[in-house]
Amino acid sequence: MPLLQFDQVGILGLAAAVPANKIINRDYTEHFPAQDVAEIVEKTGIEERRFALKDTCSSDLCYAAAEKLIADLKIDKDEIDLLVFVSQTPDYRMPATSVILQARLGLSKQTMAFDLSLGCSAFVYGLSVVFSMVQSGQIRKALLLDGETRSRAYHPKDRRVAFLFGDGGIAAVIGKNSKFGKSFFSLNTDGNKEDLIKIKAGGYRYPSSTETVKERIVDDYGNISTDEHGTMNGGDVFNFVIQEIPVDFKRILAFAGTEKEAIDYFVFHQANAFMNGYLAKKLKLPLERVPSSIREFGNTSSVSIPLTIVSQLQGKLSGNKKLLLSGFGVGMSWASAVMDFQDCWISDMVEVGEE
Amino acid sequence: MEEKFINLIKEALEIEDREVSLTDKFKEFDEWDSLALLTLIAELDDNFGVTIQSEVFENITTLQELFDHVKNDQ
Repeated sequence: MPLLQFDQVGILGLAAAVPANKIINRDYTEHFPAQDVAEIVEKTGIEERRFALKDTCSSDLCYAAAEKLIADLKIDKDEIDLLVFVSQTPDYRMPATSVILQARLGLSKQTMAFDLSLGCSAFVYGLSVVFSMVQSGQIRKALLLDGETRSRAYHPKDRRVAFLFGDGGIAAVIGKNSKFGKSFFSLNTDGNKEDLIKIKAGGYRYPSSTETVKERIVDDYGNISTDEHGTMNGGDVFNFVIQEIPVDFKRILAFAGTEKEAIDYFVFHQANAFMNGYLAKKLKLPLERVPSSIREFGNTSSVSIPLTIVSQLQGKLSGNKKLLLSGFGVGMSWASAVMDFQDCWISDMVEVGEE
Repeated sequence: MEEKFINLIKEALEIEDREVSLTDKFKEFDEWDSLALLTLIAELDDNFGVTIQSEVFENITTLQELFDHVKNDQ
């Protein structure tokens, strides 16, 4: 069973940064009629998104969030022994973006730094890796950076994906402290479904070429994309979520020895309002304990869970709060966690770049 | 069960005001699109406890065929 448990490790603080450039989804009508766009917006619940400008990367958003959080928490940068960068939109194919961020943030050469490549499950996966290393006792403070510029990964002429994704970056500082209780993680994988969400070109299996950048019609509805852009089988992603997530939800609650009534907030990956709404209904959750940021930021892949915490739960996490986190998507890969947020600091949201 | 199924189709496609029969080729309806597909998958899960994969939708034409899948999977 892929279940992990930690003790006296927790999140000291969280900060998020988003591009100042705001997209009003109902006005995003360059390629589709306004009536069609309105229908999509109503179904997905995504009114606004943030798009990074051309020269802004995931790492720039994470850098801004990290500097804000380090300043707010008055952390001595020399105490940061571990930096993990979680993303599928890195700066380069090599070196790892975490390595670049170590120098840019002015961290010591004794910092461990590496990248993790997963999508919507990645924040929970990343937390489990960082918690595990911090639990070993040799790390004073750890920085988990999680950023995405998914707005660029999907073709604007493919209506199945053109209105869903936005950009953002977060920073979390993790440390050891006797005030933190136990935390519990469930981590899962089904690579048989690797085709459900995929960007085919640009790696070594199917390198970029003049062919991969060609626009072509990809389905019966006339949607246009290229092999350099993401595709999604929405129906089967939905099937996956409604089959696997309720199972994992029960498993993590049982492993944590708790019940849903004892959870203060359920923070799910923000896929779209229809899917999240149906999931909450199927799990019979009270909506006031299911925070959502889908309306203002759309689907930001792995960033969506911490972005929801920062944007929706600031001022609500004083004292001890028990949270259930559940991330699911590309892979397919899914992960859930139950943990106490003990006086977790939430920084004010940072905006990056021009409007 | 058949009546419940038909009503559910009408709801999912937002065509409550029309006559719908099992012989209809539902994918030819103007209202059929990827959003309707998601709604229908959710409604079938919620009401009949079955999940229908996209491949099934690709390979059928009439509501009767979809209804048969729902009955068999229950």
